[in-house]
Amino acid sequence: MAKKNDATVLHCKRNWLQRAGHEMRSNWLLFVMLLPAVVYVLIFNYWPMSGIVLAFKDYKTRLGIFGSPWVGLTNFEFLKISGKLGLLTWNTLSYNLIFILLSIVLEMGFAIILNEVVGKRFKKTLQTVMFLPYFISWVVVSAIMYNIFNYEKGTFNVIATSMGLDAFDLYNTGSAWRVVIPIVNAWKKTGYGMVVYLAAITALDQDMFEAASIDGANVWQKIRHITIPCLVPQMMILTLLAIGNVFRGDFGLFYQTVKTNANILPYTDVLDTYVFRSLMTTGDIGMSAAAGLYQSILCFVTICAANFLVKKVQPDYALF
Amino acid sequence: MNAMMKKAPGRPLHPSKRKWTGDVILFNIVGYTLLAAFALLCFLPFYLVVVSSFEAESNLVREGFTLYLRDFSLESYKMSLKNPENILRAYGVTTTVTVIGTACSLLLCTMTGYVLSRKYFRARNFFSFFFFFTTLFSGGLVPWYIICVRYLNFKNHLYALILPMIFSVWNMIIAKSFMAGIPDALGESAKIDGANELVIFFKLMLPLSTPLLATLGLFSALAYWNDWYNCMLFVNKEEMYSLQYYLQTVLNSADAIRKAAAMSNGAAVIDTSAIPMEGMKMAMTVIAIGPIVLLYPFVQRYFVKGLTIGAVKG
Repeated sequence: MAKKNDATVLHCKRNWLQRAGHEMRSNWLLFVMLLPAVVYVLIFNYWPMSGIVLAFKDYKTRLGIFGSPWVGLTNFEFLKISGKLGLLTWNTLSYNLIFILLSIVLEMGFAIILNEVVGKRFKKTLQTVMFLPYFISWVVVSAIMYNIFNYEKGTFNVIATSMGLDAFDLYNTGSAWRVVIPIVNAWKKTGYGMVVYLAAITALDQDMFEAASIDGANVWQKIRHITIPCLVPQMMILTLLAIGNVFRGDFGLFYQTVKTNANILPYTDVLDTYVFRSLMTTGDIGMSAAAGLYQSILCFVTICAANFLVKKVQPDYALF
Repeated sequence: MNAMMKKAPGRPLHPSKRKWTGDVILFNIVGYTLLAAFALLCFLPFYLVVVSSFEAESNLVREGFTLYLRDFSLESYKMSLKNPENILRAYGVTTTVTVIGTACSLLLCTMTGYVLSRKYFRARNFFSFFFFFTTLFSGGLVPWYIICVRYLNFKNHLYALILPMIFSVWNMIIAKSFMAGIPDALGESAKIDGANELVIFFKLMLPLSTPLLATLGLFSALAYWNDWYNCMLFVNKEEMYSLQYYLQTVLNSADAIRKAAAMSNGAAVIDTSAIPMEGMKMAMTVIAIGPIVLLYPFVQRYFVKGLTIGAVKG
């Protein structure tokens, strides 16, 4: 202990370089343990960040990222001329906003219901079933979509035609995807989000509910005046975090459910799928990188703005 | 007394204390209706896939997928497993990637979390931000992809399926906040007894962090098991397809099935109409999700636990 005190006294007199040297010597093993993750992040996160210069270059495989010639803003101009940027941004934004709204209603609603109803075992079973879709991959979701919505053989159309209705061609009806995609997304993620809210509910002080019952409050009143107000902070945080990611599309969702149906792309194409397609299919690296950079900057700005709001509302929950 | 009651905030009201008044009955009826409807919606698609996988192919071709089983038949499974090398290889790739990936990911995330949770580590704020910044800003898919393929030689290598998901900043933060919750006195006393940081981490902190390891391990294992994205980006050799990506190719291309069937029959001339294509797609789906759905009821509670661990911000 005495040694530690000496170190603190000495520490005041040292400059930062000496302090860093001392830290290196006394905690060298911690630095060694940190090294793998630091190297990993440098290679896979910080190095690609330098690659954003690609958005201003005409990429030639032969010359590599840093050897390719500069072309200024040409890539962005091409992107603008193609007229896609507005649509892609709007699609990404609008889908995510619908997801956020749906998730608040469904996740909080089901968490409250599940918490309040009686029958422990039955409740557990229902929760297990509702959590199940979270565990499967988007590829399996696409198999399920095929089973249900295939034009000739899908369950949906088989039932519809047996009832004398016209078969519905989802894969050629773009506008229907505005409904289908939010449903698929809610189907897969509600169970997970519900558990988050359920954890928040069970952490509430049960005395409040007992006191309210003694005062003669019924179930609806307790939910309306205790449970929901108590969940508002949690909801705000989750919503603001989601808003921070509002320009980040869920690639798996949009890629696996839609596949490559060109005629419905205007309704379903988000920034992530566009970047992927330009890179892998059309090989338009410059434009793809430009769209990617545009998205990265949008994301960065919205996350910072969302965090600023969280800090104002509830500083404890701010990300940074 | 009061403090003791607070310790179990999740304690539900004892059933005998509940009064079956009108509002309670109505709430239970409405609540269970909504819950049952949504649970049915969650379950039905799985049921449809399983039913279709056991359906005779001729029915599927003629009438399509239905809600009920008309003729029980194993031909879709027989056809899928006639040439089991592809499936077994895909299972092998996925299992290898999941086991190695999860083990390495756990070690990397918890070790980093441990270092950053040490209060006497002066550089911890700098490094915390160094890691956290990567979640705020990224170079995007394109530079990352080009670096992986051109400079790191990812094409058709097993590590291409492991490395992209090996380190997650969020998992590291969860580990960090969990380990920050373990009393400092333990580490300090071990230090006085002459243990260095590595010994403290492996012999003291890891054994105390089993709930954390279970949760992070499951999250990571699930991500590896369900991964098709990295396979789609970096792999074009059929022997290296992961299970999910193999399923994707089966679903997407009828050619792949014809090829597989042709190979299994050992003859080039086969009646294509006799190949159980629709049923085979569904059977492959069942084969791919089987292990997850069977394991799921047992591991679910760790996920639920993990969500509460993750809720604690570091």
